[in-house]
Amino acid sequence: MLSYADAEPGAELEPKQYPAARLDLVKYAGASGDFNVIHWNERLARSVGLPDVIAHGMFTMAQAGRYVTELAGGDPAAVLEFSVRFSAMVVVPDDDKGAMIEVSGTIAEKLDGNRVALSITARSGGAKVLTRARAVVRVP
Amino acid sequence: MAVNRDYVGRTFAPTEPYEVSRTKIAEFAGAIGERSPLCHDPEAARQAGYPDVIAPPTFAIVIAITSSAQVTHDSGLGLNYARVVHGEQSFEHARPLHAGDWVVARSTIEDIKDLGRHLMVTTRTDITTVDGEHVCTARGTLVERGE
Repeated sequence: MLSYADAEPGAELEPKQYPAARLDLVKYAGASGDFNVIHWNERLARSVGLPDVIAHGMFTMAQAGRYVTELAGGDPAAVLEFSVRFSAMVVVPDDDKGAMIEVSGTIAEKLDGNRVALSITARSGGAKVLTRARAVVRVP
Repeated sequence: MAVNRDYVGRTFAPTEPYEVSRTKIAEFAGAIGERSPLCHDPEAARQAGYPDVIAPPTFAIVIAITSSAQVTHDSGLGLNYARVVHGEQSFEHARPLHAGDWVVARSTIEDIKDLGRHLMVTTRTDITTVDGEHVCTARGTLVERGE
């Protein structure tokens, strides 16, 4: 967990891994209302030129959101601003493991009002799946 | 069919009021693996000073999408949805959404621009309570992939 006093711009934050299996995508489809077939139907995903079923971009952003929330002491309300660019797909094979999303971050800037800006990256399958991701969190 | 650039600056009609519920927050938090008691336990949320359970930071997409769907499915705009991928997304929260909120969302097309063979459409969605309190601004960029 970050504290404002100890936050050093440039400091690297410990990466964390978040699994993404087919069941997770099915749950996310239901919870979010995004039933695009490319997120659950391999046959139709391949028919539009994708290598396999891919995760919802917003599922990946949500995993980065968990990472940021955890850094901010577990309070989702501490995440004041959060932005990402979706730079590659998270391919989720139909096996027992699915995909792994690794999220890492650095402290970008200290702002007023006990706010800290974080620069976030997410990788999966050897590719950067989120770039230019930035979060502003309020920390103790 | 080409996309109609006259749509830049256009604001769409607000959505019907949406009630943020404990059940939906718990379902969404469960689906993304967020186990914070502030999303699941009303008592924990109240002890932390919130009126009820609060939503994870990306929950606002559930509300924003009902509004931005008006944009993506507007036949006058002419976006080919089968070729559309999500390029960028951002949220600015004035405060967390919590169970019991009644909110409306209203979308404005901020920008339409070319990026090589692709076309990028950026939409801002303002989420306010039915009483007019601003809660969240969501911005999404959709990319229509060129042939």
